[in-house]
Amino acid sequence: MSEAAMPLWEVFIRARNGLSHKHAGSIHATDAEMALHAARDVYTRRGEGQSIWVVRSSDIVASDPVDKDMMFEPTASKIYRHPTFYEIPDDVGNM
Amino acid sequence: MSGTCETIMASNQTLFSYVLRLADDHLILSQRLGEWCGEAPTLEEDLALANIALDLIGQARALYAYAGQVEGKGRNEDQLAFMRYERDYQNLLITEQPNGDFAHTIVRQFFISAYMDPFWRRMESSKDEMLAAIAAKASKEVTYHLRHTSEWVIRLGDGTRESHERMVEALDDLMMFTGELFEMDAVAQEMLQSGVGVDASDLKAEWQHTVQTILQEATLELPKAGHMQTGGRTGRHSEHLGHILSELQYMQRSFPGLTW
Repeated sequence: MSEAAMPLWEVFIRARNGLSHKHAGSIHATDAEMALHAARDVYTRRGEGQSIWVVRSSDIVASDPVDKDMMFEPTASKIYRHPTFYEIPDDVGNM
Repeated sequence: MSGTCETIMASNQTLFSYVLRLADDHLILSQRLGEWCGEAPTLEEDLALANIALDLIGQARALYAYAGQVEGKGRNEDQLAFMRYERDYQNLLITEQPNGDFAHTIVRQFFISAYMDPFWRRMESSKDEMLAAIAAKASKEVTYHLRHTSEWVIRLGDGTRESHERMVEALDDLMMFTGELFEMDAVAQEMLQSGVGVDASDLKAEWQHTVQTILQEATLELPKAGHMQTGGRTGRHSEHLGHILSELQYMQRSFPGLTW
């Protein structure tokens, strides 16, 4: 099946209310409606989902692995950005 | 007293027959769809067809188990599904038609789903609680089958010249098996009158509307209704059923009572 007729789509599934959609995998489909069907049939066979998003893989803008150092390295040394210096009152519970 | 008893016996026999034929429809169609497993045009559609087949198997199991209970002779779902002879099967002829190409499989499933969708919805208000419960579960499943096959009909009909031609051929080949869907024999009549069954003849207008709406969008036409094949409900089948059964029944015939 040619890539033009059956483009690639990324599938995101929300397992339960209150959770966010998580990337599940990808499928080939002719258009948006068929992509939803394929995502449902391939990734929610065992009750995994409450909601599905599909998006054309070509519409996703991704960071370039070459830019990894520039993009992510600087944050590694800034531990003060992590909220680990605060004492959390017991009443608050897990954050 | 004995009169009342006979009436109950008779209606139990009718209910058994009514439930059994519905079970046969789902088992045979499911077996046909299962033949696509590993062979479908794409991985996605392979799973989609297998999912539909599994829905149908689930419905068949519930129906066979209930039929065995109604019959009261101790036959379980496996014995009813696997240990009967060809002429004892009462499935609609359309369910046993070969998969053909993808267009034939889709048209067959589309025709049947457009029929079973309103069928199960009406069965939900059956006086028979078990059938009503089976219908409630099945109707959600078949609504998806109808939607999925409808989308394919539209894309294949309004797709390439070849996909369009193949759809025209599939519609022509399968049209003659659609008359049987709406037949009401004595068993169906008795079940309708006792508030258990569905008036299949009354589903025809809705079926035609559903099918024609989708076909129109697909730039296809429903072929003119010519001669209609019939006989499944009385065990008179096409040559295909015997071959299906030889594969379907092989394990239980070789190892009777085998379980997973």
